[in-house]
Amino acid sequence: MSSVPPAGANRLLELAGGQSPVPFAAHQARYGPLPLSSYSGPRGPALLAETVERAHLSGRGGAGFPLAAKLRAVAATPRRPAYVVANGAEGEPASRKDRLLLSRVPHLVLDGAVLAADCVGASEVHLCVHRGALAPTVAAAVRERRDPVTVAVHEVPDGYVSSQETSLLNFLAGRRALPSTIPPLPAQRGLRGRPTLVSNVETLAHLALLARYGPRWFAEVGTAEAPGTFLATLAGAVREQGVREVPFGTPLTELLAAAGAVDLQAVLLGGYFGTWLSAGAARNLRLAPDALRLVGANLGAAVVLALPQGICGLGETLQIAEWLSGQRARQCGPCINGLPAIVDTLAALVSGRGGQRALRRLSELAGLVNGRGACRHPDGVVRLVGSALRAFEDDVAAHAAGAPCRALERSA
Amino acid sequence: MSSRLRVDPIACDAHGICAELLPEIVELDEWGYPIVPGDQVAPALLPLARRAVAACPTLALHLERIR
Repeated sequence: MSSVPPAGANRLLELAGGQSPVPFAAHQARYGPLPLSSYSGPRGPALLAETVERAHLSGRGGAGFPLAAKLRAVAATPRRPAYVVANGAEGEPASRKDRLLLSRVPHLVLDGAVLAADCVGASEVHLCVHRGALAPTVAAAVRERRDPVTVAVHEVPDGYVSSQETSLLNFLAGRRALPSTIPPLPAQRGLRGRPTLVSNVETLAHLALLARYGPRWFAEVGTAEAPGTFLATLAGAVREQGVREVPFGTPLTELLAAAGAVDLQAVLLGGYFGTWLSAGAARNLRLAPDALRLVGANLGAAVVLALPQGICGLGETLQIAEWLSGQRARQCGPCINGLPAIVDTLAALVSGRGGQRALRRLSELAGLVNGRGACRHPDGVVRLVGSALRAFEDDVAAHAAGAPCRALERSA
Repeated sequence: MSSRLRVDPIACDAHGICAELLPEIVELDEWGYPIVPGDQVAPALLPLARRAVAACPTLALHLERIR
């Protein structure tokens, strides 16, 4: 007898309302056992990958890469053994979704990780979390289970770039948690040089439900191109900050209204790795990958940070860019040099001293920095600053003319 | 068979030998790091490209086949 699939959009977070982790017994009582037998035998891995493909399940770590393609790439690489790395390190400062999943419904994440390991032929799962209270909680959850694979829990350093795929692999290999150049992809040459599936913990949690209830159920909410739900973290000028489960295709304004957005000037969508959208640009925007791509935006790790009237968006961006620059790995020349140069130039612009020259210099630096590092960190800074110059056009014009903040004027 | 040049930005230490040996393709940015276009290397320049790859002190320059 199979269990009842979650109704509506309350899927991952259905049992997450309490203050402590859902114990394994309660998890199994609600969802039934892990359906490994449905995906066993020689055709099993292909069947799971097909299920994942039909559901269009894509990564929830920020890159949005299709999970089915990753599963197949790892399974197809002949070198053995393979590994699964579950990424719960959540480097994006304003994001809270991964720690919520791990602290309240860890067994959804662990189910997904074990299913993925079975699919790619891995006998080890390595779950990475930030240092703190999470590791003991997750380790306790692992001890409640009897899985056919070993699950190790690792605490990783706090740095922004530490949670990047290759950074985690380097850390697990005993090196510093800093990115490596790609190629080779982790799917071909990852941990210990073996094929490795690196997947965000939210993605794995979705897999745990998808494997039980199937692609048709999965697509009951969401859109045709992006079925299902995602976890958004609401932050900034909203009355109810925190994590909400949202069907793809939900209008951004609806989400902001539900969270009680106050006096909205602009939204930073995707966290520090994301893009600014003015309140006007956000007006008819649906939260789905294709719709966002059309306006040059990306859901990323689904942080939705609301900026109220009366705060200069360029000043906020300067602070974020300064922090991001400090977080760079310092491995690649264009980023070592380029990010501080971008920060200094933006500071000059915001102070009123920079003028048109600062704008030209920002454009020049964007070209020199973008795509010239080993990872996408410098690209993220370029994108963030570029989006700020567009979303806060009026403030840019005012600052470039040496005038004070229009944002401060508007709130007066 | 066509090839293109690629810099490993972590290995690169801005020695600049690639730009000296292959100014037709490689330019240095204001900080001394090579700007290497990802286009196919013209067949006539392939021998020079191979020489530049071999001369890089940190083995940061790669010549790879375009599929």
